[in-house]
Amino acid sequence: MAADVSTARAALEGVPREPGAPKPDPIVKGSNITRTFGGLTAVDVDHIEVQRGVITALIGPNGAGKTTLFNLLTGFDEPDQGEWDFNGTSLGKVPAYKVARLGMVRTFQLTKVLSKLTVIENMRLGATGQRGEKFFSAAFKSLWSAQEDDNTKRADGLLERFKLDAKREDFAGSLSGGQRKLLEMARALMVDPELIMLDEPMAGVNPALKQSLLGHVKSLRDEGRTVLFVEHDMDMVRDISDWVIVMAQGKIVAEGTPQSVMADQRVIDAYLGAHHDTDITEVDIAEIEAEADAELDEETRE
Amino acid sequence: MDIGTIVDAAFSAALGPQAIVFAIAAIGLNVHFGYTGLLNFGQAGFMAVGAFGLAVSVVTWDLPFWLGLVIAMFATVVLALVLGVPTLRLRADYLAIATIASSEILRLVFGAVEFKETFGGSNGLTGFARTYQSLNPYDGGLDIGVVSFSRNDLWSITVGWSIVALGCLLIWALMRSPWGRVLRSIREDEDAVRSLGKNVFAYKMQALVLGGIFGGLAGVFHVLKQASAVPTDFNTTFTFYAYAALLMGGAARVLGPVVGSVLFWFLIAGLGSFFSQATGGTDPLIPASIMTDTQASLVRFIVLGLGLMLLMILRPQGIFGDRREIAIDGR
Repeated sequence: MAADVSTARAALEGVPREPGAPKPDPIVKGSNITRTFGGLTAVDVDHIEVQRGVITALIGPNGAGKTTLFNLLTGFDEPDQGEWDFNGTSLGKVPAYKVARLGMVRTFQLTKVLSKLTVIENMRLGATGQRGEKFFSAAFKSLWSAQEDDNTKRADGLLERFKLDAKREDFAGSLSGGQRKLLEMARALMVDPELIMLDEPMAGVNPALKQSLLGHVKSLRDEGRTVLFVEHDMDMVRDISDWVIVMAQGKIVAEGTPQSVMADQRVIDAYLGAHHDTDITEVDIAEIEAEADAELDEETRE
Repeated sequence: MDIGTIVDAAFSAALGPQAIVFAIAAIGLNVHFGYTGLLNFGQAGFMAVGAFGLAVSVVTWDLPFWLGLVIAMFATVVLALVLGVPTLRLRADYLAIATIASSEILRLVFGAVEFKETFGGSNGLTGFARTYQSLNPYDGGLDIGVVSFSRNDLWSITVGWSIVALGCLLIWALMRSPWGRVLRSIREDEDAVRSLGKNVFAYKMQALVLGGIFGGLAGVFHVLKQASAVPTDFNTTFTFYAYAALLMGGAARVLGPVVGSVLFWFLIAGLGSFFSQATGGTDPLIPASIMTDTQASLVRFIVLGLGLMLLMILRPQGIFGDRREIAIDGR
């Protein structure tokens, strides 16, 4: 598997650093996707391709249309126009649940755990093709109990991997914000997706948990899945992404490796700001000290 | 004051046919509201369709009783589909509006003078229950002091409690299955369920039909036990009493709606009997200056309402509910 990651990364080397660049092995391809809310054009993407087997980050200022693009790609919202496909299957007008069954599963910016179900029940729900979910076989346990046991085994494995096994029987509503993020990610894996789309996986997560979340996202790629994520945390983007797509005002404004994108003047102007590479706390302290000194000087002069 | 009469009235109502009607209807509401989170405010409409489905088939169209039963159940399924197709893709409130409106429309249509030939107008229909009554195996009524039932009622409670028991068994089997898990998940967050590849619309429709069938059964049983189908029986109050019973017992619990209905009728009948005795007679316990006997029949609803409020404050999850689940809502 690791070999796949390096070949996929190597394939990105030759991709031009420009918006809408074609990829050698795209898992998702979309063109001319627009979505307007009243007079506001939330998404207006000419062309987008996501390389298979790597981690792609989607960044941009608030209101850039990242989440809307997520919604459109996964069938949670319908675009005004445009076409896109997943593994060659056209997804125009395909409802969200069918998109998920095809192997393209998303998480949400505001975590959606099922509060009054236990953690393990949340996980079991994720399994696909369950016989027991059909009305006419549901009442007869013998028809689905073997499959349920298999799913439970797989769920327990994932819970262990995401360090949620201690919370197995707790209501999901009693978990902390970070644990909910973990549960949502683990639950999405129960679907066994080829492409997993994470909407702000780091939002509201404490620094210690952030490190382990980063590891989990990397492990998704290392087991052969494609990851597309929206994030504001630049450390995370720099750390783990193989490719970065930058959106602003609904359009893709830049693309490239994390290094090339963060050096791009357009991205700095639109999103990152001039000081994005310096530690902001040091800047502040120096400035504040200078200001205080100046004030003191003035007072002593009086 | 005769305590025995009060106890007899309370227990006879709690175990009697009327409580069974509410129990069956509330089992349906439990599928809708308790498990799936669908706000059906028109359970009375499902009942009316079931009741008149049977009555019209047998009386107006002169069809056999058993075929009438099949038509009644088929009609409730059709009503569920008609209500569900346009509203289940929308927000939860739309189903609530559509169901309450349709149940009122149905009641008014069944009682309309224009359709007197078919539905019997405001007097309704009678004479469809002969097959049901002829199956009665009992020779006489039952009177064991604490409870007393007439011969007809004894047969009705035998049939009724059997339906309730089978219904509970079915709900128990369904709700412990992965199918039930999908319903409970939809109640929590349907977008999350959608993102995991489940066809939420189809599941909501299945739940609406299943609960609707219970509503229809309740309607059929209601008109069979009294051998007449009267449109005014199916007003919206019925739906809300059924909701009250469900919440008392505890939503999303298999026995919640049944215990709730039993308790609801125990209180209604017990309080009614108590107040009518306390205010009746030549030397009433409560003097007429405080309460007359005509007011007494209304006071029981005030006391019942107070009781419901206390229950919701002290035990918001209902009798069978899980306190921990309620606590999560506070977050």
